[in-house]
Amino acid sequence: MNEKVKALKAAFPCTLPVLTGFGFLGIAYGILMQSKGYGAIWSLLMSLIAFGGSMQFVAVTLLATGFDPLQAFYLSLIVNARHLFYGISMLEKYRGLDKLKFFLIYTLCDETFSIVCNQKVPEGVEPKWFYFFVSLLDYSYWAIASFLGGCLGQLIDIKTKGLDFALTALFVVIFVEGWKDKKNRIPAVIGVVTSILCLVCFGEGNFIIPAMVLILVQLTLLRKSLTKVYRGEEIICS
Amino acid sequence: MLLNSTQTLIMIGAVALGMIINRFLPFLLFPENKKVPNYVSYLGKVLPYAVMGLLVVFCLKSISFIKAPFGVPEFLCVAFTAFLHYWKGNTLLSISTGTVLYMILIQFIFV
Repeated sequence: MNEKVKALKAAFPCTLPVLTGFGFLGIAYGILMQSKGYGAIWSLLMSLIAFGGSMQFVAVTLLATGFDPLQAFYLSLIVNARHLFYGISMLEKYRGLDKLKFFLIYTLCDETFSIVCNQKVPEGVEPKWFYFFVSLLDYSYWAIASFLGGCLGQLIDIKTKGLDFALTALFVVIFVEGWKDKKNRIPAVIGVVTSILCLVCFGEGNFIIPAMVLILVQLTLLRKSLTKVYRGEEIICS
Repeated sequence: MLLNSTQTLIMIGAVALGMIINRFLPFLLFPENKKVPNYVSYLGKVLPYAVMGLLVVFCLKSISFIKAPFGVPEFLCVAFTAFLHYWKGNTLLSISTGTVLYMILIQFIFV
């Protein structure tokens, strides 16, 4: 029991930026759901079962458009595709964690990934419990905030038009965060330019898959020179 | 609420399934006793930045350049958010200020 308390104490300060970020975005999400007629319970359920900030925002639009679970599944598969790469980077760290592993993978969102990836586990703290509490705290912040947003949305009459820009802003922020390090700029430019070109060529309904394939092709062709740029660094998480 | 409870639950399940596949697939493809190929490690390193660019474009995909306001509020706010974050580096500040600015622009200025 003591080692769990120790891990919780070590994990909590690391999750503070997520508490503030998820607090704002989660409440925004709950209010947005409420504005489409889906109350706090629905926000909470969505957050607990389909935990993934960006896709949940996309899903609000889907829930307000019509019943099309295939499209929802397909979009979720695409929008969440980046998680494939988080998984790849966490293969080592999450090795041999038995029962906890399922929960850790289930809740591996962008923010949890960035903490568990970059943060050194303090000395004397059991890594698996540290990972567990970072994941659990982030997961709880989001679920509670989205529930609160659903409750607030009913109480205060706030003009919500444009609130979903928080999602765009979140991606812009993560993009800029990557841009600050010069070596990430080539993949970042490839991502933006390829996506714009595919959007123009294939239209807004069909551009994501061709864009992903073309991005993959370019990054594969550039492997040699990009590996040089990244030389000296192991996989992000080592 | 456009959908009924059962339909909503199915939609939540569909979204969850897409997410679960993405999160679990790497761990199923590369079980604990196998080494991750170098190529996959390389992709894991460079793809997040490219994907983030894709997602920004994805969010802005519905802008019309032939109809007022021609995407002006979106581009102003994206530029503002990016600038603010590059300058201050405070995630919460960047996201909240950018969003509030966007809400003001589309609710009061570019109505």
